Amino acid sequence: MSEQKLAVNEYLKIDSDYLRGTIQEGLDTQVTGSFSDGDQQLIKFHGFYQQDDRDLRNERKEQKLEPLYSFMLRARVPGGICSPAQWLDVDKISSTLTTSNSIRLTTRQTFQYHGIPKRNLKTLIQGLDRAALDSIAACGDVNRNVMCNPNPVESKLHQQAYAVAKELSDHLLPHTRAYAEIWLDEEKLLDTETHEPVYGKTYLPRKFKMAVSVPPDNDVDVYTNDLGFIAIAEQGELIGFNLVAGGGMGSTHGEVETFPRLADDFGFIKTADVIKFAEAVMTVQRDWGNRVNRKRSRLKYTIVDHGYDAFKAEVEKRAGVKFETKRDVVIGDRGDRYGWVEGIDNKWHLTLFIESGRIKDMPGKTLQTGLREIAKIHKGDFRMTSNQNMIIASVAAEDKAEIEGLARKHGLLGEVLSATRGHSIACVALPTCALAMAEAERYFPAFIDHIDALQQKHGISEQAIVVRMTGCPNGCARPFAAEIGLVGKAPGRYNLYLGASFEGTRLNKMHKENIQEAEILSELDGLFGRYAEERDAGETFGNFTVRIGVVKAVLDAAKDFHG
Amino acid sequence: MLLKELSALASPLSQGQVDKLKQLTSELSAVQLAWVSGYLAASANQGQVVASDGAAQTSASQTVTILYGSQTGNGRGVATELAAKAQAQGYTVNLTSMGEYNVRQLKQETLLLAVVSTHGEGEAPDDAMELHKFLASKRAPKLDNLHYSVLALGDSSYEFYCQTGKDFDARFAALGAKQLLPLAECDVDYEQAAADWQDSVVEAVKPHIQTAGASVVSLAPAQASSSEFTKQKPYTAEVLVSQKLTGRDSDRDVRHVEIDLGESGITYQVGDALGIWFSNNQNLVNEIISGLALNPATEVTVGKEVLSLEAALTDKKELTQLYPGLVKAWAEFSANADLLALSEDKEQTRQFILKHQLADLVKIYPAKVTAEQLVEVLRPLTPRLYSIASSQAEVETEVHLTVALVEDEREGQARFGGASHFLASAEEGQEVKVYVEPNNHFRLPENPQTPVIMVGPGTGVAPFRAFMQQRVADGVEGNSWLFFGNPHFEQDFLYQVEWQQYLKNGDLSRLDVAFSRDQAEKVYVQHRITQQASLVWQWLQDGAHVYICGDAERMAKDVHQALLNVAVTEGGLTPEAAETYFEELRSSKRYQKDVY
Repeated sequence: MSEQKLAVNEYLKIDSDYLRGTIQEGLDTQVTGSFSDGDQQLIKFHGFYQQDDRDLRNERKEQKLEPLYSFMLRARVPGGICSPAQWLDVDKISSTLTTSNSIRLTTRQTFQYHGIPKRNLKTLIQGLDRAALDSIAACGDVNRNVMCNPNPVESKLHQQAYAVAKELSDHLLPHTRAYAEIWLDEEKLLDTETHEPVYGKTYLPRKFKMAVSVPPDNDVDVYTNDLGFIAIAEQGELIGFNLVAGGGMGSTHGEVETFPRLADDFGFIKTADVIKFAEAVMTVQRDWGNRVNRKRSRLKYTIVDHGYDAFKAEVEKRAGVKFETKRDVVIGDRGDRYGWVEGIDNKWHLTLFIESGRIKDMPGKTLQTGLREIAKIHKGDFRMTSNQNMIIASVAAEDKAEIEGLARKHGLLGEVLSATRGHSIACVALPTCALAMAEAERYFPAFIDHIDALQQKHGISEQAIVVRMTGCPNGCARPFAAEIGLVGKAPGRYNLYLGASFEGTRLNKMHKENIQEAEILSELDGLFGRYAEERDAGETFGNFTVRIGVVKAVLDAAKDFHG
Repeated sequence: MLLKELSALASPLSQGQVDKLKQLTSELSAVQLAWVSGYLAASANQGQVVASDGAAQTSASQTVTILYGSQTGNGRGVATELAAKAQAQGYTVNLTSMGEYNVRQLKQETLLLAVVSTHGEGEAPDDAMELHKFLASKRAPKLDNLHYSVLALGDSSYEFYCQTGKDFDARFAALGAKQLLPLAECDVDYEQAAADWQDSVVEAVKPHIQTAGASVVSLAPAQASSSEFTKQKPYTAEVLVSQKLTGRDSDRDVRHVEIDLGESGITYQVGDALGIWFSNNQNLVNEIISGLALNPATEVTVGKEVLSLEAALTDKKELTQLYPGLVKAWAEFSANADLLALSEDKEQTRQFILKHQLADLVKIYPAKVTAEQLVEVLRPLTPRLYSIASSQAEVETEVHLTVALVEDEREGQARFGGASHFLASAEEGQEVKVYVEPNNHFRLPENPQTPVIMVGPGTGVAPFRAFMQQRVADGVEGNSWLFFGNPHFEQDFLYQVEWQQYLKNGDLSRLDVAFSRDQAEKVYVQHRITQQASLVWQWLQDGAHVYICGDAERMAKDVHQALLNVAVTEGGLTPEAAETYFEELRSSKRYQKDVY
């Protein structure tokens, strides 16, 4: 049998000398602001993507200038926690080394910078390093930033869950010294043989996402991850996790062999066995995953293609431990708790709504300055949430007034927030994301204004509806797990998806294809009207649309999502 | 001897031929005559026309040698006109650039007329440097048999006004030569003074010409780029494109301008410049006329032409560049004490001129001026020269320019440079009068394989785009190195994608860029040369030609200094030897500049 030709990225990885490639040469050339095609794949493993301002592409072509290239760098911040001192450094870097003059909180509890010119990359990464932060494996075919519920109420349980998330992140970090050599000017070690004990030379077939959730909160959207750990506590002490695996959002328009999927439940594991299981799941994916077709290379397809039972048996074999029966657990809200909440340790926590996660100074809303001013006096920590929001955590009662004053002064607090807006997210999309086919972040606030108005019209404003919009079906804002999902097809055109559960335990399904704002709104107007009239007590919008048959429930994604 | 006095008896021509010649020449201007004579002489050399006996017999002692040292072409223009007038008198004329003149011939000269300009802080133009230096050196011969006259071109707003001309005049005298006429110093509005000098000096030469045989002109076929279109008689071309090259966040507006030469038959060589006659902006004309409460329809006289004030200001008069005389005149018109005081101080006047235009004078110093007075005091509109950014091997009947819009804001009012504004705001089909100004001192090496180092920051990169087009058309690979600089990488990388393509194809071997404002410390092309000193020296050792184009004031000097340092640090030369080294490169045409 002849060897099958692998996906291009596989050869790039093999030839890259553990992710070095020709990145250094690319940095040295001053004639272009870009990296070579091959290096553009490798730099993702170092935490950044090459982008260009798509609004300016044609204009610059006329000007005989290359596209306005810049880089989007995502930091690795397990569980989304950083100190006020770190935040001050993060903030300073954004205003000195990026052209976007903003910080973007992401749906995976970290921050990213947009608009970094190539010449500033090294300085920026060194700046992060001085703040004890890095961007290793924030992108690329590796274990990405590990999410963890930032639960500020059950602080003891959160502490324990966070420790697990941190350990997962550290343990599964690539070992290559490429990052240290290229960006931090660390010496090449004499023994240049780099070992990747878990990954090997070709890393994973595709990105790999992990999250740790602390029920009943499901802000991390645990089922949308390749590997999820649902914390199980007894008497407030963490005892282990229900392990779920095989979730993932990414799909390609028009290709039915690709589909979003929610993770399967595999059973309960003890806290002490977390690393064993994580490594086992990851290495099975490393060895069984599809390296020929990158569109079919996520863990979800590996499980579908090899079968649940075979996969489970292999994981148990590699972990050397068997799954126990999964524990009963209630999965609840995916939103954040806005405003002040008191934790069990008598500390206070302030969750600030950051629209689309964009921290930027705007007229009347000096969000970036506000967070900077808070960081200067805050004694607790900052926690980025998976809904792109920010928690000012662990505030002593006597410091509340001052922090709240700053938050109000800078427009971080004070606006009336509809229940739906508070539960909704959008990805970055245009103009920087190369994958976007339609607007998301720039258009989303206005779109939610329309949704708010429609909910008011039908008297259902108190009901939170999870609305998510992305510019492409890659799914950064987890649109296929939204009660109302909008996925970009072309400028001004979206596919409309309905029927996901409010809690994130069931996917949605396409209701209308390639429609524009007017049609989207008129469709929702009709459905909101029926929902107001016909809903059962406590029935969420997503469940309603399934019950009345607007869309079929997606129970087995491989069969139902396109079926 | 004048052509109209020509008869069959005094020439080898038949009476019929004489009549035809008379008829033809009566229709021609002095410059056209000069050109025709050059053409005929060249034809004669190729054996197509039998040279006249008279010409063959003419001895060197009867030749009027006309030398010019010219940076922008004005000096060459004045010298060419002079040659035509001298030929019209029947004199034998040898017209040549100082840069091409063999200094050993100097001691044989009996009649020498020199036209030379001055630049920057009293510096000689490139092609005059060697002769300028030679005359002051110990090698300079006694010139007891020489009669001479010098016309100096300069800008009186500079401290060392006409300095090079003064130097030539003084050095000829010091070597024993006799002055035919006192040094003629000509300011920026040189045309009338130059014409007067040409007429006088042609008369002054007369007593020293012994015979009046038929004249032969060795008017150097200075250009392959010849055509009937000249500064005085430009071609009306059409603008095809005026495309902004700088990004939207750039603080400068640099244009790529493409002009269609149509059926004109105009040819140019890479390295040449294009002269642009432009019309002043209508808003500016209106602002001046209404600011002075004048009537745009008032008839005024410009030269021999009677036209409306509006038309005169639009197409005949310089509005965007002041000169000291105008500041002085305006001080008197306005009777403003501040301006009067300022106009008495040369340095202050010079600074003022750099930052103001006529429209500012009108606005800041209100004055009672009539239409006639205004037209009288304004200098004639002069064309602007732009280094050509294309090769005809690539663009055929087009010519491309790289034009930086000169713009400034004063008290909320935008002020623009006349020609750059005209070109930057030109739309497709806009008519523009053009002519080619050859530049024989900026030419690719004769052997295309000779390596070239091109230093062209800012719009100085223009001729190197032409060079690259030419080299690619000639099938030359590599052996080329460009240094480019500007403020910002993302915004100001002129022709970025073209250079990338040349690099990718191997047509351009190296490109070193310096973007001065992209980091804390400013980095310029000279710093890149210093960083690459060892390689630069190696290229020089391999016979590379070095070209510099762009700002004369600072860049060209800094780059020159950086090159000297390369010779010192890499070549182990003393600073003096390094100077000599580059001096030799210059005389062997391996070190050429097109700076302004």
